Amino acid sequence: MARGLSREDKQGLTLIGLPFGYALIMLAAPLAMVVTFSFWTQNYLDIDRTLTLENYRAVFSQPIYQTLLWRSLRISLIVTVVTVVLAFPIAYYLSFHVKKNKALWLFLITVPFWTSYLLRVFLWKVILGYNGVLNTALLKAGIIEEPLTFILYNANAVVLTLAHAWAPFAILPIFVALEKIDRSLLEAAEDLGDGPFRRFWRVTFPLAIPGVVAATLIVLIPTVGDFITPKLVGGTDGLMVANMIQIQFGKANNAPLGAALAVTSMVVVAIISVGIYLVGRKIGGRVAR
Amino acid sequence: MSTTKPIIELRDVRKSFGAFEALKGINAVINEGEFFSLLGPSGCGKTTLLRMIAGFEPPTAGDISIDGKSMDGIAANARPTNMVFQSYAIFPHLSVADNVGYGLKTKKLPKADIKREVDGALAMVDLVGYGDRGAHELSGGQRQRVALARALVMRPKVILLDEPLSALDKKLRDQMQFELRELQKSLGITFILVTHDQEEALIMSDRIAVMFEGEIAQLATPEELYRRPATQRVASFIGVMNFLEAKLESSSDQGVTLDIAALGNVTLPYQAVPQGMNPAQIAKVGIRPEMLTLLFDPTDKAENEVQAEVVSSDYYGDMTYYSVSLPNQKDPVIISMRNTAGRSIAAPGSPVRVGWGVESVVLFE
Ligand SMILES: Nc1ncnc2c1ncn2[C@@H]1O[C@H](COP(=O)(O)OP(=O)(O)OP(=O)(O)O)[C@@H](O)[C@H]1O
Ligand SMILES: [Mg+2]
Repeated sequence: MARGLSREDKQGLTLIGLPFGYALIMLAAPLAMVVTFSFWTQNYLDIDRTLTLENYRAVFSQPIYQTLLWRSLRISLIVTVVTVVLAFPIAYYLSFHVKKNKALWLFLITVPFWTSYLLRVFLWKVILGYNGVLNTALLKAGIIEEPLTFILYNANAVVLTLAHAWAPFAILPIFVALEKIDRSLLEAAEDLGDGPFRRFWRVTFPLAIPGVVAATLIVLIPTVGDFITPKLVGGTDGLMVANMIQIQFGKANNAPLGAALAVTSMVVVAIISVGIYLVGRKIGGRVAR
Repeated sequence: MSTTKPIIELRDVRKSFGAFEALKGINAVINEGEFFSLLGPSGCGKTTLLRMIAGFEPPTAGDISIDGKSMDGIAANARPTNMVFQSYAIFPHLSVADNVGYGLKTKKLPKADIKREVDGALAMVDLVGYGDRGAHELSGGQRQRVALARALVMRPKVILLDEPLSALDKKLRDQMQFELRELQKSLGITFILVTHDQEEALIMSDRIAVMFEGEIAQLATPEELYRRPATQRVASFIGVMNFLEAKLESSSDQGVTLDIAALGNVTLPYQAVPQGMNPAQIAKVGIRPEMLTLLFDPTDKAENEVQAEVVSSDYYGDMTYYSVSLPNQKDPVIISMRNTAGRSIAAPGSPVRVGWGVESVVLFE
């Protein structure tokens, strides 16, 4: 083991050097900036660079931030559960019951993505509004007498919109996990006496856990930080932490407080994600390793 | 075998996949405690038949009975059979012990009983102490044993094995063939083995069904199959067979006299003619390579002799396989000779005498 690098090492470093540097600049640098900001203080137009925990004290003591953080977590957890629970049967059907043209089906699942995210959120507004498609239809059909108001400008609308938007991201990893299951394992379970229901819980589901965990994380992590949907369909009850972060960086002109909020929610999400991953690994047993 | 109680009865079992007929009317009775093999080339329908016995696929027509009960409409999980899959199908998320105990848990056995049964089954397949391992921590041979233990522990009436040894190397395969056979004998469970390896089938089976293109060509004991193959196709699928042109010369009290182009006239007793064969239809006779002898020494004698010429030879260590051209015969015949000390291999082109006996002749239409 002489000092210095072998030729291959050097080649390797040269190859990954550029993307690594790019990743560092694009990912790590802004993150470091946000973390640094969160320890500074805003004095009207300039920034006091003395390190302080004052912002974090504000985040953890003022009820408004707590409320927003809890609400964001609650909404995104509900969104995640709804999305994954609805995605599973779709993925299951695709994997086990669609014999021909699986690729076409997968393609069709991406159709909602052909319009922009913003447009889709607006469309939900049109559907769920006071004079919207849903209310008009229900009124005309005589099912309701007055337009429903609990469906727009609150947390329900946020859950509905986000669950719809993220469905394909949940379907795909579950589908892939189900596709990977060797069909002879299911026959073996049946051969050993299991009916379809027991077989599902003893073989199919445990083997699909990696996909379910992936789907959960893929949906949960971005939805905690979503701000377009709550802003457009959430009303005041449906506002989430990201909206507050945006306000702090913008109108309120308190970037350090916004940064502290961002870092706090990031840490909370990270802890929850690791928790979900570990639980998934435990349930999924030896496969998830 | 002392008992010949039928355990599986296949009556005109058919299976079609769309317009394709995978099985064209299978009839067979498999006896209790028998080691039964389904032997045939790739695509002849062996796996399909086995899967229908297991209950994974319904027959298009016909009936499958197990232990006297028709299996029509009975799902795989309610049948007294267990399968050893070709891929072994070991559950990757479970330990070896949980794999083996999988079916017992469904039967709702108490934990202690499950443990005892699982330990017993693991001991049977020589895997004591492997219970806590994961499926991915096993070699191919060990996986095969786990799959077997998982079936054995259920104490089924019949164990179905789909090419269980094909993924193993030659040495391990030979060992497992022996162990599987021993285990089957000692437990007395009926085994149905699917294989495309004729040697494996001959070594292990009590009886073999040779299948071609969805039909059973012959169902017989290994010895009968080898010595009295029913068709030319069976004869060449099991071992090597030399075919010689022949036709009926005359019939008399002594038997049938055949005119074999390469060997001359020969009279065979009537017992040599298979049941249902019209001697007038005889078109070919077959002789196994080891039933022909090269008479090197002038003093060597045989029941019948014919003058021939060595075309080529292949040396196999213990044996030499000669290609020998016989008079009035287009293709050379194969003759296998055990190599003995002090005998050199006959050179191509050298004249030899070929000896043969009447009993070794098999008749074909
Ligand atoms: N599900 C199916 N759909 C259509 N055709 C099938 C299906 N299963 C089997 N076949 C066809 O039926 C025939 C018999 O198949 P099978 O798997 O029983 O063969 P096999 O004798 O087990 O061959 P191998 O030794 O290669 O395993 C094959 O020609 C196969 O293509
Ligand atoms: Mg097969």
